[in-house]
Amino acid sequence: MDQTTKIEIRDLNVFAGKTQILKNINIDIPKNKITVILGPSGCGKTTLLKCLNRLTDLYPELKVSGQIMIEDNNILEAREDIYKLRQQMGLLSQRPYPLPMTIYNNIAFALKLRGIRNRRETHKLVMHYLQQANLWDEIRTRLREPASRLSIGQQQRLCLARGLAVNPEIILADEPTSALDPISSQFIEETFGRLKNDYTIVLVTHILRQAKRIADNVVFMYLGEVIEQGSVEEVFGNPKMEKTKLYLGGTFN
Amino acid sequence: MYLLNRAQRHTVNSTWMIISLLLVAFLPFLLFIGLYLKSVLLLHDYSLGDLIFSKTWKPSSGKFGFYPFIVGSIWVTVVAMLITAPVCLLTAIYVTQYTKKYFLRIMHPAIDILAGIPSVVYGLWGILVIVPFISRYLGPWLGIRTMGYSILAAAFVLSIMIIPFVLNILIEIFRSIPTELKEAALSLGATQWQTIKHVLVKKALPGIIAAFGFGLARAFGETMAVLMVVGNVVRLPKSVFDPGYTLPALIANNYGEMLSIPKYDSALMFAALLLLAVSLFFNLVMHFFIVRYNKF
Repeated sequence: MDQTTKIEIRDLNVFAGKTQILKNINIDIPKNKITVILGPSGCGKTTLLKCLNRLTDLYPELKVSGQIMIEDNNILEAREDIYKLRQQMGLLSQRPYPLPMTIYNNIAFALKLRGIRNRRETHKLVMHYLQQANLWDEIRTRLREPASRLSIGQQQRLCLARGLAVNPEIILADEPTSALDPISSQFIEETFGRLKNDYTIVLVTHILRQAKRIADNVVFMYLGEVIEQGSVEEVFGNPKMEKTKLYLGGTFN
Repeated sequence: MYLLNRAQRHTVNSTWMIISLLLVAFLPFLLFIGLYLKSVLLLHDYSLGDLIFSKTWKPSSGKFGFYPFIVGSIWVTVVAMLITAPVCLLTAIYVTQYTKKYFLRIMHPAIDILAGIPSVVYGLWGILVIVPFISRYLGPWLGIRTMGYSILAAAFVLSIMIIPFVLNILIEIFRSIPTELKEAALSLGATQWQTIKHVLVKKALPGIIAAFGFGLARAFGETMAVLMVVGNVVRLPKSVFDPGYTLPALIANNYGEMLSIPKYDSALMFAALLLLAVSLFFNLVMHFFIVRYNKF
């Protein structure tokens, strides 16, 4: 394959007490592509995503083992620069969670964490990231309003802009359109299509059609295991495993 | 079988609900009106400004100055809140953000037990522990002569009393903040402290103000524990080590022995009216802040 690998997941196991949530996960995530992690609810997709930016640290009951290599750096072993590490990745969650501040400050807070305090630069970058997230034109006059006043779809794009504002290399998206109306979903999908030139995108979804629309690579997971992975043509066009065929055929969910 | 048919039962039930609602809605008004009618005798002879700002309290010679009591009440309440607010806020943040979950499960019943102890027990504890501690150790250490019965003692006992209430509310508030909001801030590379300071506390601010307001109202109205340790001296306190007198203590100490002095009972009713008015004022201010910060 002519693609460079951005994230290499090797033998990843996650236990919560005695139940195993993720079983021997091995995935290669290519750079500047959209990799869709597909699977029914409760198959461990979200946990996998949380391993990538070490949000698993918040849950002391989770035992994580294995390797996640991002450019020769095993992030599961990183101790000191966990904050830097998280800034390598922008997170977009299932529902938008705007920070309790103004629209402007939602972005400015992320910039501040990145070390940008200069007001002029902040101003320029807030505008830049809102434009990137396809939101600027709608809210340019409302920057000083509380972020919670935006519609859900706008909030989700604000969260995307906020995620981009830490200047990540990777975007992690956890069913980012599941709470949105079709038009807002389309907005997000289009934005992702543009962003993949600059970012590596990992998108978790259970929507087959969404996967088909925007994926370059597909990883199909079921009950904590990777069943099949490959390019979207391979997995959708010619699935090798029985379970993948059944899921794609809509026979089980 | 029912005595009434469905529609009739509906009517009867909703009538009772309306009656209950009216009762609840009008009770404060009735209280206000009752107290006002009782204190009108005093208000007839003295101006409101005189009553509130005059410093002399000599019922036997017809002098009713409530200023020392109002100041005493405010001192005690404010000092108590100065102790309570930071302690509760830091504790709530610590137990919800830093400790393991089982710790909270142990702590919750302990807090509930503290909240259930009768105030007279706190008062006794204040007399046995806090008052001697202030008169023998804290006062001399700071070079201040004090008999221990003081504003500080009352504030201390009071804060120990209201901490469980305020703490319980604050813990609930911090627990009700969705984890995802925390994850959102952390995923931006914020440290845990940055997340708490800029995101969680900000999100919880209306609730925090409400909790403090609730504590304030309780502290202001608390009678027994305060009157046992505050000293009950009608004088303007110059420092927290001076004794004082509070409005609730005034009412509780004197109701029953005021019959021989004219207008005394009217004066005590006026004290109750003041208490009610000040509590109402606290509530309004609190409400203003809650609405103001609730927009996020």
